Amino acid sequence: MDKFRANLMLCGGTGCIAGGGLKVKQAMDAELRKRGLEKEINVVITGCNGFCAQGPIMTVYPDGTFYEKLTPADVPEIVEEHLLKGRPLERLMYREPEKKQPLPVMSEIPFFNLQVLRALRNKGLIDPENIEEYIARDGYKAAAKALSSMTPEEIIQEMKSADLRGRGGAGFPTGLKWELCYMVQAPLKYILCNGDEGDPGAFMDRSIMEGDPHVVLEGMIIGAKAIGASKGYIYVRAEYPLAVQRLQKAIKDAKAYGLLGDDILGTGFNLDIEIYLGAGAFVCGEATALMRSIEGKRGMPIPKPPHTTTQGLWRRPTVLNNVETYANIPAIILNGAAWFKSLGTEKSTGTKVFALTGAVNNIGLVEVPMGMPLRKIIFDIGGGMKKGRKFKAVQLGGPSGGCIPEALLDTPVTFEDIAKTGAIVGSGGMVVIDDYNCMVSVAKFFLEFTTDESCGKCPPCRIGTKVMHDRLVDITEGRGKEGDIELLEDLSHDIINTSLCGLGQSAPNPVLTTIKYFREEFESHIKEGWCKAGVCRPLTTFYVDQESCKGCGACARVCPQKAVSGEKKKPYSIDQTLCVKCRSCYEACKFGALKIGPGSLGKELIEKAKGVQTR
Amino acid sequence: MTQKEAFMQRLTIDDLKKIKEQYEGTFALRHGGYRAKVTIHMGTCGIAAGARTVMGALVEALAQKDVQDVIITASGCAGFCSKEPMATVEILGQAPVKYCCLDPEKMKRIFAEHIQGGNIVQEYALVMGNENSY
Repeated sequence: MDKFRANLMLCGGTGCIAGGGLKVKQAMDAELRKRGLEKEINVVITGCNGFCAQGPIMTVYPDGTFYEKLTPADVPEIVEEHLLKGRPLERLMYREPEKKQPLPVMSEIPFFNLQVLRALRNKGLIDPENIEEYIARDGYKAAAKALSSMTPEEIIQEMKSADLRGRGGAGFPTGLKWELCYMVQAPLKYILCNGDEGDPGAFMDRSIMEGDPHVVLEGMIIGAKAIGASKGYIYVRAEYPLAVQRLQKAIKDAKAYGLLGDDILGTGFNLDIEIYLGAGAFVCGEATALMRSIEGKRGMPIPKPPHTTTQGLWRRPTVLNNVETYANIPAIILNGAAWFKSLGTEKSTGTKVFALTGAVNNIGLVEVPMGMPLRKIIFDIGGGMKKGRKFKAVQLGGPSGGCIPEALLDTPVTFEDIAKTGAIVGSGGMVVIDDYNCMVSVAKFFLEFTTDESCGKCPPCRIGTKVMHDRLVDITEGRGKEGDIELLEDLSHDIINTSLCGLGQSAPNPVLTTIKYFREEFESHIKEGWCKAGVCRPLTTFYVDQESCKGCGACARVCPQKAVSGEKKKPYSIDQTLCVKCRSCYEACKFGALKIGPGSLGKELIEKAKGVQTR
Repeated sequence: MTQKEAFMQRLTIDDLKKIKEQYEGTFALRHGGYRAKVTIHMGTCGIAAGARTVMGALVEALAQKDVQDVIITASGCAGFCSKEPMATVEILGQAPVKYCCLDPEKMKRIFAEHIQGGNIVQEYALVMGNENSY
């Protein structure tokens, strides 16, 4: 892999291009070639930096020198002085303007400046229903290159050296998958796109299909050429109406332009793509179940092998890739594997899109280089915790993933490192959980989801998840028993080892990771009847700490039951017979005077109050 | 739309380049003869937050003043879902400005002060510039 010793970031914003930015780039490329530096120094066109008045601008990394108002004539001097002799050119360096811009620019805000858009490169930039705008951003150029000048072997080789791994969750090497399918001789093969995004809180694929539908089609065309497929399906859930509508428009326009159908771009290659609407079953995201669903059967998995690359849809060799995987492919074909690997780690190359959500300030869709620590994503890009609350865990990978505690926040986001924690990178759902949450309830939530979504074909998943869920319900309602934790762990391992498909094999992960990192919470539920987060109502009593109460009355004002009473400037108290444990008072108190006690405390307080009355 | 009709035929690889050259103009505002472009971010999140009413208010304001040199376009999610509805205002030769948490009234003010008047409405603006994409 080529490692560049310097990166030149040339601004590709409107202002800089209008000021001659592209001519500077051409001059730079030519100069680097002339000096034989093109393998050492990388020229990159970036998004607009917001310094249009100084354009064309260029930043040199690693040293971060910022050049302004460049002309092609400056280029040889920059190469000679800065890049060869290491002396930055004072003459062209940016000078701090006298008055600072009142509005921040992207490079100053971590939410934007830590992101690198590849799969999302057209995010919010193009009109998704306008094929010409996609073409204007080099759209279908990669497909044209793959169809006209690359053999299937060359495409597969490029993908293999890029080390692109499936973005749907499992991280299987895409190039290898394509190669396995390519090697099978068959009169008909299929290329499928998995848009059945089902994890709660995940919306990466939806956003790509809605915002840049043509990139999915282009990725599929390239894949089809590599494996020799002539028919494709995009499996999208019907709950994504906007994605479906924009994909339909994209397919229609691509067909009208001869970018789909017979003899694509006059190259003699044929590919037809159709949309198949899924009814929203989580299990249909599993490859074999998805294929049964397209065949019109009930969406249930079948045992592997034979693998889908030899016997997939209608028993024909089939390749199924995720939406985000396809969104990465055209750029790899255009820019090459070395470019792709210039971001990420050795085994997890490129970038990953995450749907960052939950208790963070900045909720949204973020794309970061693989290997970025979780802490940076949550606290820098996510802008830290909402309402100043404390971080408790981050849930990665949805119902198949797990919860990662604060102690492991420096884990880099790569397929291997995240797997070591017991969670998975998954499709990219990243739900941040604050200290107002009970981890037993979080585990219960995810298990409830998988219990519901289990297709019922194999007993470990159908019965096992149900038994586990029942145990968790008992624990959260105060019926937990000694040995429940061990039983849950035991069942988890059995379900993982004996389930038919990925759904069952990963369903216990949220439970296992919460037990691993938050065991004391399970124990306090079972042994002390105490949900210390104050979420499980039977295991919670809210009371006012008489010492620290300032008597401000904020708690009494928010109580819907009028259970809190007291005099101003004197400690308040809660009538436990009226309290419904809605948490309002707890969240309203600014002095930390509202405390959470075990469930049994409520009864004690009621008894005590009765005693006082009868005396 | 005549440009488009002329192209709505089977393309060759050379045609891709021609479309690119032709549409780069309107798309990037470079030589399309337009003065400004407003992109309303209309992913599911934006629409749910009210992007359609924001778009409606802008279309109305443009029609009222009979403004011809401003393009309005829809695009996908801008990625910052908790600050939707969002819009990007790009005046020729200046950095794009992203506005967030919009409603029809705010959009009308942005139209009057920024698009027509040339002054960024600081209170509603989030950031200047575009993300890095490489």
